[in-house]
Amino acid sequence: MIRFLVRRLASTVPLVLGIVVVSFLFMRLAPGGPFDDERTLDPTIRANLDARYGLDKPLSTQLGMYVKGLFRGDLGPSFKYTGWTVREIIAQALPVSLTIGLVALSFALLVGIPLGTLGALRHNQWPDYGAMSVALVGICVPNFILGPLLIIVFVFWLGWLPVGGFGSPAQLLLPGITLGAVRAAYIARLMRAGMLDVVHQDYIRTARAKGLSERVVVAKHALRTAILPVVSYLGPAVASILVGSVVVEKVFSIPGMGTFFVNSALNRDYTLAMGTVLLYSGLLITLNILVDVLYSVLDPRVELQ
Amino acid sequence: MPPPRRNNDESVMQTVMPAVMSVFKLATPRAQIRTLLLAVLCIVVMGGCALDEEPADFSFLNIEPETIDPGRLSGQAGGRIALSIFEGLTYRDARTLAPVPGMARSWDISPDGRTYTFHLREARWTDGRPVTSGDFQFAWTRLLDPLTAARYGNMLFDVVNARAFNAGKLTDPTQLGLRCLDDQTFQVELEAPVAYFLDLCAFYPLLPVPRWQVETHGDAWIRPKNIVTNGPFRLVDWQISRRIRMQRNPEYWNADQVQLNVVDALPGDYINGNFNRYTSGLLDWIDASGVPLTVVDALRDRPDFHTAPYFNTYFYRFNVTRPPLDDVRVRKALYHAVDSRAITEYVMRAGQEPAHSLIPPGLPGYSEVQLSGYDPDRARQLLAEAGFADGDGFPEVELLFNTSEAHKQVAEVIQQQWKRTLGIEVKLVNQEWKVYLANTKALEYDISRGGWIGDYLDPNTFLDMWLSGSGNNRTGFASEAYDDLIARARFATDPNERMQLLRQCEEIITQEECIILPIYYYVVTNMYDASRWEGLTPNLVNGIDLRSVRRKAGPL
Repeated sequence: MIRFLVRRLASTVPLVLGIVVVSFLFMRLAPGGPFDDERTLDPTIRANLDARYGLDKPLSTQLGMYVKGLFRGDLGPSFKYTGWTVREIIAQALPVSLTIGLVALSFALLVGIPLGTLGALRHNQWPDYGAMSVALVGICVPNFILGPLLIIVFVFWLGWLPVGGFGSPAQLLLPGITLGAVRAAYIARLMRAGMLDVVHQDYIRTARAKGLSERVVVAKHALRTAILPVVSYLGPAVASILVGSVVVEKVFSIPGMGTFFVNSALNRDYTLAMGTVLLYSGLLITLNILVDVLYSVLDPRVELQ
Repeated sequence: MPPPRRNNDESVMQTVMPAVMSVFKLATPRAQIRTLLLAVLCIVVMGGCALDEEPADFSFLNIEPETIDPGRLSGQAGGRIALSIFEGLTYRDARTLAPVPGMARSWDISPDGRTYTFHLREARWTDGRPVTSGDFQFAWTRLLDPLTAARYGNMLFDVVNARAFNAGKLTDPTQLGLRCLDDQTFQVELEAPVAYFLDLCAFYPLLPVPRWQVETHGDAWIRPKNIVTNGPFRLVDWQISRRIRMQRNPEYWNADQVQLNVVDALPGDYINGNFNRYTSGLLDWIDASGVPLTVVDALRDRPDFHTAPYFNTYFYRFNVTRPPLDDVRVRKALYHAVDSRAITEYVMRAGQEPAHSLIPPGLPGYSEVQLSGYDPDRARQLLAEAGFADGDGFPEVELLFNTSEAHKQVAEVIQQQWKRTLGIEVKLVNQEWKVYLANTKALEYDISRGGWIGDYLDPNTFLDMWLSGSGNNRTGFASEAYDDLIARARFATDPNERMQLLRQCEEIITQEECIILPIYYYVVTNMYDASRWEGLTPNLVNGIDLRSVRRKAGPL
């Protein structure tokens, strides 16, 4: 296990460096710069700004300085938000996105797993059709439709929940559901497939033959294996929840990473854009490793190599 | 005083990490899920408790400011905050927008209009130090210092030696025309009699800053825990893209006039979300960035919908270096073929007015230019004179705008009008903001959308942008006669003569040369409940003066 982890982590170093170089260069290929605006700056003022942020140096020098900073854990100052460092911005915005993501993921698991299990146990009966229809709707309705729909119903018709913002538990509900809905639907389908596969296996028949109650058979024996496809889906799901929060954060006015992820590129805020790209690639790599490890924990047959 | 805030973000992280780790140690999926659930519940409850604090008296929409450091400000959102927590020599009266005494109790202007002597009032910073002339000298020198890299440094370029100092050609700050005669007397020497200098003194880059905090904390001096201010409010909390909270400053010299106690500036860049938050009561005041075009018709007649003229014009630039637009007759033909009333009435619909000049009406002392406007016969005649009768042989030209639904709709209407009146085909091209900027700057376009908000209340802010080689010109227009007129206006001491010269400049731009096509004047669109609030009357600069905002007496 340790050897596996060390090897996987070592292989990510060149990967991350590659991401840094490619995204740095692509960023600079885009026309316009961070200080271009409707109001063109006076040439002396512009020269002072370029000098302050090192934009007057050759591109290779800038890249070298950026990479050197990275090794010190320094992501640089934001070009747009003067006086904020990229690290400070991420430190404020990431916990917000993680909180919303966690709510969304919990919603997805809490709804998806029971729904899928129900579908499998009542295979080809009305609960199965019902559960799978709900899942189909969940997959098909995009979150920029679902979010405003939930707002109309729960905020403006029923008046139960606040329309947006971040701070109180009630403000987490609607964005959590909006973000989690698609994943809940996927999980339900994966769970149903996994469960259908498992319930016909010998060890389940053995468990039933021992006279265990149906509840114990399902919860203790079947679920553990049937959940494996869901576990392998969790890595990409968590990643897509974090990256996909862009729209949901916008709809619900949530001060998370999503806004910065998109706007930093539009603003040509080079350092902040690089910082978010690095953050998201780091998250993706870590989650993939985590899923591999989790897989071997749940299923002893899987060996880490 | 409110209780000190717990740092919510840290407490959330401290709960999340151990909980997440412990989940993976558990044996069964059921136990894992159960623990996960419990962890979520804990975070949610803790998160809720940590933020359970005093609600604000007044919340307004304000996109996330780039900074609130006066020396480095570059936009209105930061300006609104800075003007609430700092006070300059003057500030703009909320209703008339005339500069009124702020930190300066009075001033003397020399007969040649080039020396201003300000007499400061007794006032204190929030840490108890007195506000002195040295604070202004430091702030203004800092604004001009090349190392500060201030975007608005050019606002002080009329101060003696300022340009050379900003360009790094002069390093001795004592040679700037900024002098402290004593702690309470600040003297400014200008290279030209700047007619709008008192208004400039109210502009946010010229606010004073506390030297001792700037020098101790560097870039972090603007954080709530470090910042020291001298205005009507203090900064108590700033969480990026979430909230800026301000509290009444009891040490402010005119604190008796300030009624609001706690004020929140809430950011948001999603227009529908902003409107939703206003509708559900989370915001007390929104401007146009919270009023979706799609619902304007339903809102226009509501009592909480308020508009006022805006010092902001929407226009098209012509690239005068490219045929066929290098022919002034073609440009004039295009101008006379546009009926901007169709745009204000059917596209924008919020009360915008068709433009008959570049400079929006309402400037005291300046007589507006009155362009003749829509005249299809004249348009056809001009096009025929240029050799394109009925549009025959007119090459396809491109109309460039930055990607936006409103710009697209305006462009489509104008495209149709040109086709109908002149028989010419125009291709619409939309580009992402920064690409559009790069292309207009490089003159890689035929016709492009433009807009301009005046920086200060004087015609000059709309006119010196067309100087030869100015970065904001972006039309290829270069005229020595025009440059000369602007220079003469700069040194004119007689206000009437000066306004006459500037009016000539505007006529050249819009009539004689027709390098731009004015379309409409923007309006300031504000939504607030006037039966609950006073002191919010929308003004020409879309500002909000928190000093004068009051909750009306009576039941809520």
